[in-house]
Formats: sequence, structure tokens, C-alpha cells
Amino acid sequence: MAVKVRIPTPLRPLAGGASEVTLQPGTVGEVLASLETDFPGFHDRLHDERGEIRRFVNIYVNGEDIRFLEGQSTPVADRDEVSIVPAVAGG
Amino acid sequence: MVSTLAPVVAGRPGGNDGRTRINGLACRECGDTYEIAPIHVCSRCFGPLEVQYDYDLIRETVSRETIARGPDNMWRYRDFLPLDGEGDIDWRVGWTPLVRATRLGKALGINNLWLKNDAVNPTYSFKDRVVAVASAKAKEFGFDTFACASTGNLASAVAAAGVRLGLITYVFLPQNTERAKFLNAQVYGANVIAIDGTYDDVNRLCSEIADQRGWAFCNINVRPYYSEGSKTLAFEVAEQLGWEVPDHLVIPIASGSLLVKITKGFNELAKVGLTNGKAFKVSGAQAEGCNPVAHAYTRNWDAVKPVKTPNTIAKSLAIGNPADGYYVLKTTRATGGSVAEATDPEIADAMRLLASTEGIFAETAAGVTIAVLKKLAEQGKFGRDERVVAYITGNGLKTLDAVDTLLGETPVVQPNLDAFETYLSTRH
Repeated sequence: MAVKVRIPTPLRPLAGGASEVTLQPGTVGEVLASLETDFPGFHDRLHDERGEIRRFVNIYVNGEDIRFLEGQSTPVADRDEVSIVPAVAGG
Repeated sequence: MVSTLAPVVAGRPGGNDGRTRINGLACRECGDTYEIAPIHVCSRCFGPLEVQYDYDLIRETVSRETIARGPDNMWRYRDFLPLDGEGDIDWRVGWTPLVRATRLGKALGINNLWLKNDAVNPTYSFKDRVVAVASAKAKEFGFDTFACASTGNLASAVAAAGVRLGLITYVFLPQNTERAKFLNAQVYGANVIAIDGTYDDVNRLCSEIADQRGWAFCNINVRPYYSEGSKTLAFEVAEQLGWEVPDHLVIPIASGSLLVKITKGFNELAKVGLTNGKAFKVSGAQAEGCNPVAHAYTRNWDAVKPVKTPNTIAKSLAIGNPADGYYVLKTTRATGGSVAEATDPEIADAMRLLASTEGIFAETAAGVTIAVLKKLAEQGKFGRDERVVAYITGNGLKTLDAVDTLLGETPVVQPNLDAFETYLSTRH
């Protein structure tokens, strides 16, 4: 039972340089909480002072933006993939 | 063209008592500072990074006269751009016409209307400006591969710049992008890849590719430099108006970066004393089928709710999750402007109106801008003698499908005079 979490370049130093880490299934909120437990510092980078995901952070489960799912309550099952991606300019 | 560049204050140390024109990068949100590098987000809060300039130094060394002695392209403003060396100054990007639009103005009820026609750049959109800066910066950083996520126009700009600077290019577009936009990139020899998804899907993939491959993506890791190129659309308009600032700007919104950077450009001119610092309003234009910023504006939200599946003929503006949407809301509200939207039929009608009044055939994004211009005029947003400038950002030949059904069949007449006279008589 494992989910893959993709780590963007600016946050890789917090994860010992890893581009992806493996965590237990749960909700997006729970996966991010265990990310913080394993690699302290992630929470403050990803959340604002109210505990919301920061404005310029996008989180996807299997390529789907969690804003279109259930936000931090979105379920993440075994073998799902969570991506953390900074906002990107246009084209 | 032979360079007639004025002396430039280098980005590197040296001269000017060791002061440098470019001070580094700073986060637009939390203010953390960084060295100049191919990075685009703050590692503390993920806010976008912005190039920091020494405006006092620019004020001391740049004047209307030094600019006038520069080349007749965007590089006449290179002191406001984040390059250490020269850009590709022989590639004629920018210094595009600012047209007094009397006939269109009359049709819309705007007395003092001007169009900045950026559809006449080398690859027929304003994207040549941002790419000129991004590609030169990618070379300075030592990248050999230059790439982008694109809604169409950026792809051809990247492909052409890559040829000129000897960079390998990769461009990624949503599969449903207009065929002409694929061909306009492929012809330069770029690696053109269609992605089965929306622009936002393409963007997410490209973010991960940028991390994985270490390529320069002009709207990702070299974005702080790329986006600065849009400021030249402000500098040119001011200079073409005799260093005066318009009263109201109307600008199309995709990611929102263009609107924010044009505003920044006018503010920089005031900061260094090249203009008088007069206030101006900024309004934004979106398509109804992809209207996240207009939607937030009308509901008085300060956050933008992304549109999951954009559905509009204005594909070059079809960004469901606009990175600078938040800043567009701040800018338009702070300046007293607004954000409005246009339907697909309104967009096509506006393209025809622009062509048939001013002789400018521009793409769907311009249709959005002109249709919104019409709405703002109807809503009484422009004062009687206010000087209004609308930005035309891409060429109509790229989006022929948008007007195809609107214009109907071309008449066929036999090659003799009688047949032609008969044809004319049926028309009257």
C-alpha cells in the first residue's frame, strides 16, 4: 500500500534531494501531514497561516487538480500519484 | 541592421562605482531575495520571483535621447530588461505600429482610440518580445535546449528564436490547438508535441519535464526574465505618444502576465522620470468560455477559481488556471479599470469589425479585446476625451476558422464581362 508524491525542485532539499517519495494512502491532507512528519518543513512551505494550500501551489491527484476534486479531503488510494506543482505563467 | 545602441549600463559589476543595474530576484509575495538564476518560484512561499533593478542607476543613465538613439526594435529599452549582454538586436521584434483608430472608435463610440498592433512581429504575435528576452537569457545561463508550454503563439516564437540562437527547441501544445499554430512552429524545425489535454495539463507536464530534464522552459524556470519582455509594450506606447501615458488600457488576459507587466512598464517609466507619472486605468478582456478572472472580478473575489475545461474559439487565451489572475484582479481594481468577457459570436464579430474598420486582421484574442472594448464603451467606462489604447496581440491568419463560417462562400463568376455585370446586378 503506497502512494507516490512528486516533489518540485524548490522543495527537494527538504526531502534529501529526492524528486519523489513514497507514503501511505489516505486523504490529500493526511498524505501532506505524513510528508511533514517524514520531512519537516513541508507544511509551512505548502500552507498559508490559515492552514490553506498557498495561492501559488497546485496539488494534483493522478493529474487532476484537487480544486476540482474534494480539496484536501480528496482520497488518495494505493498506487495513486500526488504531484505538487508551482503555478506556471502563460503561453 | 547595424547596431546604433546607446551606451548601456551592464548588468554585471563594473563602471558606475561598481553599482549594477540588476540586483537579483525577489519574491513578489514575501520579499525573499535570490541571486539571478534559472528559478521562478520562491522556495519559502512559492510566490513568483521578479527581477529587481537599481532604478536610481537607470534614471541617471537613461534618457529619452539615449532611447531614441537605440535600434528601431524592442532592444532600444534594453536597460529595462534583465540581460547581461545584448539580445538578438538584428531580429526585428517590437517597435510595432500604434494606430489611431478613428473608424473603429466611431463604431464603438470612443473618441480617442488607439491600437497597438503587435500582430506584425516576426512570428505574428507579441510572444516574440517575451521570447527574445527568455531565449537570450537561456543562452546566458548556458542552456542548450529551450522549450515552452503553449496555447499556440508562444510555440512559433520559441521555435524561431531557437533557430536564430542555435538552441534545440521543444514546444508542447494542447491537441485541440489550431492546425496553423502547429505548422507555424514545425516549419522552423522545432520538436512539436501535441498533448492530449488542456493547456493546464500541458503546463503541469512541462513543470515536471523542466524539473526532470533541466531544460530552459521560457514560461517556467526562466519566467522571471521572459515576462519582463512584455514591459516593452508599455515603453513603446508611451514613446509613440510622445512620452505621454494613455488614460485607459485594454489588454487580453490568458495567464494575466501581459496585463501585469504592461502596467509595470508604465510604472517603471514614471519611476525613472521618463513620463510624468500620471494615473491610468487598466482593464482586462477574457472569453466567456474561459473566464476565471472575469468571473472572480464580477463577484468581487480576490482569488481566482480555475476553469477546468476551457471552451472558446479564443484558444490562445484558454488558460483555465491563470498564474497571474490574482495580480490582474489587484491591478484592475487598484487602477479603477475592470475585467469583462465576450462570447464566441461576439469575438468573431469583433474580429470582422476590426478588419473592416481599420484594415487589421487579428486573431481571436484581439476579437476578445475589441468585443470587451465595445462593452466597456457601452457601460460608459471611458471618459469623453480619454485616450484609450487596446492591445492587438496576434495575427488573424493563425485563426482563420474563427471567421470562416461568419464570412460565407466566395462567389464564383465565369471569366467574361457579361457574367461579371450579371453578378453585379444581382448584388444591387
